[in-house]
Amino acid sequence: MNEITTKIRLFIFENFLFDADEEDLKNDDSFLDQGIIDSTGVLELVEWLEDTFDITVDDDELIPENLDSVNQLAAYITRKT
Amino acid sequence: MRKPQRLLREGLIQSAARHPEKTALIVEGQEYTYGQLLDTSCRVARALLDRGVKRGDRVAVYMDNTWPCITSIYGILLAGGAFLMINPQTKADKLQYILRDSGATVLMTDGHLSRQFVRAVQGLPALRAIIASGNLPESEQLPVTLDLFALVIEETFPLDEPTFVIPNDLAALIYTSGSTGNPKGVMQTHQAMVFAAWSLIEYLRLSEQDRILLVLPLAFDYGLYQLLMAMKLGATLIVERSFTFPGQIYKKMHEEHATVFPGVPTIFATMISGHRKKELIFPEITRITNTAAALPADFIPWLQEIFPNALIYKMYGLTECKRVSYLEPELVHDKPTSVGQAIPGTEVFLRTLDGKPVPPGEPGILYVRGPHVMAGYWNQPELTGEMLKPGLLPGERILCTGDWFSMDEDGFLYFSGRSDDIIKTRGEKVSPVEVEQILHGIDGIKEAVVVGVDDEQLGQAICAFVVVRAGCELSDRRIKKMCLARLENFMVPKYIVELSEMPKTANGKIDKKQLLQSIQS
Repeated sequence: MNEITTKIRLFIFENFLFDADEEDLKNDDSFLDQGIIDSTGVLELVEWLEDTFDITVDDDELIPENLDSVNQLAAYITRKT
Repeated sequence: MRKPQRLLREGLIQSAARHPEKTALIVEGQEYTYGQLLDTSCRVARALLDRGVKRGDRVAVYMDNTWPCITSIYGILLAGGAFLMINPQTKADKLQYILRDSGATVLMTDGHLSRQFVRAVQGLPALRAIIASGNLPESEQLPVTLDLFALVIEETFPLDEPTFVIPNDLAALIYTSGSTGNPKGVMQTHQAMVFAAWSLIEYLRLSEQDRILLVLPLAFDYGLYQLLMAMKLGATLIVERSFTFPGQIYKKMHEEHATVFPGVPTIFATMISGHRKKELIFPEITRITNTAAALPADFIPWLQEIFPNALIYKMYGLTECKRVSYLEPELVHDKPTSVGQAIPGTEVFLRTLDGKPVPPGEPGILYVRGPHVMAGYWNQPELTGEMLKPGLLPGERILCTGDWFSMDEDGFLYFSGRSDDIIKTRGEKVSPVEVEQILHGIDGIKEAVVVGVDDEQLGQAICAFVVVRAGCELSDRRIKKMCLARLENFMVPKYIVELSEMPKTANGKIDKKQLLQSIQS
């Protein structure tokens, strides 16, 4: 697991899963399907992305292809940084 | 001669007969015609009859906004059953409570919700079968048969003749949070729902040409009625799972040429903050609607920039009668803080606590009279008696909302407060008792009190005050996690405040007022 993925998992567990077990979330699990992130959660996620990786997330980029799983997030961050 | 619509399902049947090739739904990018929708729904209906569903049986729909969900709703109606919608965020314990309370005989669900429903379906005497969309992760031990939706549709022939029901029959049970902590099933008949849908269509000035963009859950009556209205009009409904990924919604709004956008304040707040960073503009939208929580007056100028050609509807309602009032959009500047007048075909009035009329400008309890008033709460005659009161005619019942309003000289309503302590967050009703029960169930928590605090984004945010037993250590995060395992996401407290003891009133009751003041200061 690379550094970005680890950071993402840490953030998701701390803020949305509150220290649930590691195996509760696979890297390609859809956050929507699993009910992990909702519309206010996405705003927190974006704030974290912008602060942590020093990127700007455009509203048009708030789509599941970029943000709906650990792997999608990791790919998106890699593209942006 | 065109037949009048008497039953909910006739909305779909008549539109499908009129234009079977027209696009009824665009669900996550996939188009479905009226003909396809009716055909698949008739297959679901026969599958339900095959599983023993009879007239009046309750069938549960615990699903996301998907094609299987929509065909399940109409399938249940064609089979003569009553559907009950359960929010897909619901966790196992509450799901089981609702399944047991309703006596649902079949559960329609999604494979990705198996973590919850597998636990919930144990020990339910009425439940006979489960049909699940998508795939199941692994073989699960279940007390009843489970079939996959796609296979059921493929293997079942469409039902030719819908099961006989009349307009007085139950069409739906809509579960809503109650101040006692347990959700209550609001009983709605076909005639009430058909009436309400046409009343809404009238004042929203909807037509067959409209393209409604749905981002609200179908498990929420505000979302559900978008479907019912669109299908009976023969319009097109664009269905998205949620507003979680706004970029996706903005794209759909443009690409699919949506004309109507129903939202709640939290959604509009997100759009406005996005618009302030980078211009958002949707000129094709001609109507936006708001309910579930009051639309702040200062949102209006922003919304007019984002939707330059839209009429803005402010509305108020409760599940017990679907909707109470709406403000004519032309009056949005003249009556900026009003939620308007009674919806077409209904009336409202205010009474004092002892039942006396209330003069204009004075506060009173809001009563609602009309065909849209619920038949009562399922299995809850006492609670029903608190909400439904004797009306003007013998046997008639009118709805006592319990909410405080005032009315101006022109008959426009102004909300002034609730008489219970239900919290409204993100447009959802949350019972503090329900959250407190979960908190009390956490090992180490001695006392817990839950209140709503004002919040710009959410309307109200949930704040829990807890007293932790001596010698125990509980982090905020741990408490939230335990809540999340048993409550819908929106019910999990945003703030947890640990106290060494609860402030008490002279009578020894917990002093909620003092708690509220302590965090507002």
